[in-house]
Amino acid sequence: MAKHPIYQELEKRILILDGAMGTMIQRYGLEEKDFRNEALKNHSHPLQGNNDLLSITRPDVISAIHAKYLEAGADIIETNTFSGTTIAQADYKLEHIIYELNFESARLAKEQAVLFTKANPNKPRFVAGALGPTNRTASISPNVNDPGYRAVTFDQLVQAYKEQTKALVEGGVDVLLVETVFDTLNAKASLFAIMDYLEEAGKEVPIMISGTITDASGRTLSGQTTEAFMISVSHVPLLSIGLNCALGASALRPYLQVLAQNSPFFVSAYPNAGLPNEFGQYDETPEMMGAQVEVFLQEKLVNILGGCCGTTPEHIKEMARLAEKYSARKIEQKSEYVYHSTLIS
Amino acid sequence: MTQIPFLQLSGLESLIVSDTVNFINIGERTNVTGSAMFLKLIKEDKFEEALSVAMNQVRGGAQVIDINMDEGMLDGKAAMVKFLNLIASEPEISRVPIMIDSSKWEIIEEGLKCVQGKSIVNSISLKVGEEEFVRQAKLIKKYGAATVVMAFDEIGQADNLQRRIEIADRSYRILVNEAKFSPQDIIFDLNIFPVATGIEEHRRNALDFFEGCKWVRENLPGAHVSGGVSNVSFSFRGNNKVREAMHTAFLYHGIKHKMDMGIVNPAMLEVYDDIPKDLLERVEDVLLDRRDDATERLLEFAETVKGAGKVEVKNEEWRKGTVEERLSHALVKGLIEYIDVDTEEARNKYDKPLHVIEGPLMAGMNTVGDLFGEGKMFLPQVVKSARVMKKAVAYLLPYLEEEKKRTGDTAKNAGKILLATVKGDVHDIGKNIVGVVLACNNFEIIDMGVMIPCDKILEKAKEVGADIIGLSGLITPSLDEMVYVAKEMERQNFTIPLLIGGATTSRVHTAVKIDPCYSGAVIHVLDASKSVPVASSLLSPDHDQKQGFFKKTKDDYEKFREEYKNRKEDKNYLTHAQACENKLKLDWNSFLPAKPKKLGITVLENYDLNLLRPLIDWTPFFQTWMLQGKYPKILDNPIIGTEAKKLFVDANLMLDKIIAEKWIKANGIIGLFPANSVDDDTVEIYNTETNLVIEKFHFLRQQGLKGSGIPNISLADFIAPKESKKVDYLGFFVSTAGLGIEKYVEQFEKDHDDYQSIMLKALADRLAEAFAEKLHQETRTNYWGYAASEVFTNEELISENYQGIRPAPGYPACPDHTEKPALFMLLAAQKHTGVELTESNAMYPASSVSGFYFSHPDSKYFGLGKIGKDQAVKYAERKQMPLEFIEKWLSPNLNYDV
Repeated sequence: MAKHPIYQELEKRILILDGAMGTMIQRYGLEEKDFRNEALKNHSHPLQGNNDLLSITRPDVISAIHAKYLEAGADIIETNTFSGTTIAQADYKLEHIIYELNFESARLAKEQAVLFTKANPNKPRFVAGALGPTNRTASISPNVNDPGYRAVTFDQLVQAYKEQTKALVEGGVDVLLVETVFDTLNAKASLFAIMDYLEEAGKEVPIMISGTITDASGRTLSGQTTEAFMISVSHVPLLSIGLNCALGASALRPYLQVLAQNSPFFVSAYPNAGLPNEFGQYDETPEMMGAQVEVFLQEKLVNILGGCCGTTPEHIKEMARLAEKYSARKIEQKSEYVYHSTLIS
Repeated sequence: MTQIPFLQLSGLESLIVSDTVNFINIGERTNVTGSAMFLKLIKEDKFEEALSVAMNQVRGGAQVIDINMDEGMLDGKAAMVKFLNLIASEPEISRVPIMIDSSKWEIIEEGLKCVQGKSIVNSISLKVGEEEFVRQAKLIKKYGAATVVMAFDEIGQADNLQRRIEIADRSYRILVNEAKFSPQDIIFDLNIFPVATGIEEHRRNALDFFEGCKWVRENLPGAHVSGGVSNVSFSFRGNNKVREAMHTAFLYHGIKHKMDMGIVNPAMLEVYDDIPKDLLERVEDVLLDRRDDATERLLEFAETVKGAGKVEVKNEEWRKGTVEERLSHALVKGLIEYIDVDTEEARNKYDKPLHVIEGPLMAGMNTVGDLFGEGKMFLPQVVKSARVMKKAVAYLLPYLEEEKKRTGDTAKNAGKILLATVKGDVHDIGKNIVGVVLACNNFEIIDMGVMIPCDKILEKAKEVGADIIGLSGLITPSLDEMVYVAKEMERQNFTIPLLIGGATTSRVHTAVKIDPCYSGAVIHVLDASKSVPVASSLLSPDHDQKQGFFKKTKDDYEKFREEYKNRKEDKNYLTHAQACENKLKLDWNSFLPAKPKKLGITVLENYDLNLLRPLIDWTPFFQTWMLQGKYPKILDNPIIGTEAKKLFVDANLMLDKIIAEKWIKANGIIGLFPANSVDDDTVEIYNTETNLVIEKFHFLRQQGLKGSGIPNISLADFIAPKESKKVDYLGFFVSTAGLGIEKYVEQFEKDHDDYQSIMLKALADRLAEAFAEKLHQETRTNYWGYAASEVFTNEELISENYQGIRPAPGYPACPDHTEKPALFMLLAAQKHTGVELTESNAMYPASSVSGFYFSHPDSKYFGLGKIGKDQAVKYAERKQMPLEFIEKWLSPNLNYDV
């Protein structure tokens, strides 16, 4: 099977990923009624805040946001499916709409991407199907008094992720993005599900993964160092590995260096616009954030750059402007990880 | 050509099995089939206690832990899941990768669903048929694990060399080609079977395993070999002495045959060199199938050591002596196990705790002191003895305090000596050694540590009533600080002797610069062994001896000063201008400087210590311990070889821990910049893009008169001059391997364990040097790339057979430490590596190296020698620093008196 064209693009330049979906949705000041359609008119649970649902109930809003990011220069836009698993939607009692939700989200994003690609074929746009971490962890007990307990099992995660993957791929995504990984075991379950699905369907879809360093100790919530995280997911031939969320750009730098130096895959980064202030808002302006990510560019740490919480099309525009000035990180197998040159027959 | 990456594993942290890793040891105690105790805990649902078994293994140095719940009476799947989930909540355990061990595939698969890191499956094999084998392998890959593959197929278990090779070869090809398994993720278990069973067919069991290891490692690229070591000694159950010897010798030969992982119980291992030669010979006869009667001979011999374990045999005899004899033995041999018991016994025997110290303990230490003085004991042994002494004294301390309250008695000792490394200096290995040696000779040591300002030293001396002050320093500016301390002592009317020591100090400097400042005794002490006679004479109860020694030293130094002043200037010097005329003139017309592949800075954070280990230059390590000789020859030295070997074993054991438990962090930075030499001795550094001058480095030029045709060199000569119109480059580096060391040093010091504390510092120093070597190699072959194709062995690297040099500021070619701040600024080295410069431009952590890279093929190390005032004046102008300041820093290199 021929490699997806995104590989070629990544050989040429740094690709820009879009920014926050939630931050943009906030601007629309939506209410409970916006989260309901005919079918959900009488749904028993309040639905406001279930942003993924808007792909079905307010597709105009989601399409407009995608378009704004594409206009700002994003090469890759993410589907509005961060919480699109049966596990995450269980809180809203919406397990039954998982397929529709993911399929529609993928379709909306692809629609916009195709429009922009047609307008400028020299800058092809791609859609990344987002698979979030769910709200449960497979390797940490939620109960301090019972450390052996688990609120979710590997098998349950695999099942949920497989359903989501199927809908996203059938909806037309170009790549799959396992993102905001705070527990590597959850991520391994999603990778397992993706490979399972792709094998069964006989398809090949590039896979991106992005972890989250939760605090200054430089570890994931489940306790792994960046290098350990990388090693734990490298059994999959990934398109890219990277970090997103939690920290601002400059705090991400040392961990990106670890990936940039050691990863045999492309490297991505999409940090938050700084840390939230006391009102939960993100203060960093496009220029402030730009100055920080420019360091990544100077040091050739990344191949894919974008924004997470608090970032807007203005932030993405600034990043796209900066990225044009620099060449991308080259993948080099680090000498210390290389065994010896030899032939395998 | 395919490049195979290293096997990479992870728990919460990474474990990379690079080709410099000698051996990965896998903990075996969390296995219900191998440990009755662990089985009991699991059966009784005592998972908390079972966790502590895992914890102890990790603390004991296991780099991976094997977990097995295969027992008929257990729900193996449930037990595996529960235990793995519990382990996940213990970061100290889950730090390391897990080996999921079961003969049942369902248990393995459940286990794989519980671990976030990259673990190892133990095991799969062709026993289940090719189809199922491939299915399992594919699943393992999908779960993200490596796997052990047993040498087992549809016919049965491989029990000879040919079958081992056949099955390994077939398994490998199926895994790589059909299951698309990464070759580095394959670990063969080639079946370790018992030897000396009396059955003829078992004779080659070990040998076939060894040869199998070698074959796999040489013929199946990337694959590893492991095995359960304790199997080999199955016939000798109950005879730990023989089993330990067998395991040790087995591993020794296994590793020689490239076995690189193994399931072992560290408690059942001996040091190879410590196995009694007669036992070792018989064990190896069996393992290597060297003679027909090997089994009988080992069995016979085993009878004679039956029931003897590691501890008992070693200690049996000397434990029978009187308590005084036992204390003395423990002190001389450095044995710590029984010291509390024996000290307690002695305390009960003597009326006062003080008498234990003054009696048997002191007697033992005197023996140590005498043996050391006679050259019959060596420093590492003395330091171990001191550890025992300190332990005993620590044990007695509460009783001494009590006694003191009651009677006011305090211990009498030979005198109180206050030791300190002076302000701005961080080096203390030598000082610590002096402290230990003096303590062994009944001096009370108050060690203030490093970077101690003068006022603190003198305050403390008054407070404790010190009888002697000893100052230490390694870098040049410390010499001035010592002069200052001497002056202050004079001003504050001190009369106690002042001892001067440390690598940069000298008898000349002490006599000329320090001694005249202080009317009390000032004595330069060459090394630790000289400190005892000097201190003893200075504090001798015999007034005449004391005065005699004092007067003699003063007179000697006076004479020395006279000679120094009147010394015939036998060396002739050129003027600086003449020296510049006679500079090294390289042919820049025909030379094109190599452009670095990566200009600017490169930071190498948290560098893998495994990669540095093989680059360690051991010779200076032995020098630190006052064992003189070149490594590895020193290990066979007829006089000090035995001690050197022991020290070497201890050093390597500690290195294993340093690396496995990440005691210290190594950070490095490389900077490569465009540069040209200007005005003879200066090198300008340009911005990599704009070509603006961003920094200048100032070098010095040899001024001694040379024979004809021999140039007066400056480092600047190795860089293309600006007028050549060629862009040249100068490199810079900082490396450290001392980050995080404090915690462990403190712990050792708290345990009164100078041996380990000195060992750790000495090893950190070696690793920092090895890192500098590694950075240089990376620079030559990679970042700069001017010698991309060089191939050197580690030995050749250590002996610097390569093109280009890496001189360090403060060393002979460029002795000025004040160039360091510019170097650090240029690289933002403190920010990137965590290495700081003290006010005296010493680097902290002390285990750090910094310097320049010169790439020209003709660049070479040289000593600057002395320079004249004309150069010093010009140099001060170039650097825009006051002349007095420069003269102070360069004092050892001036050919004139200031």
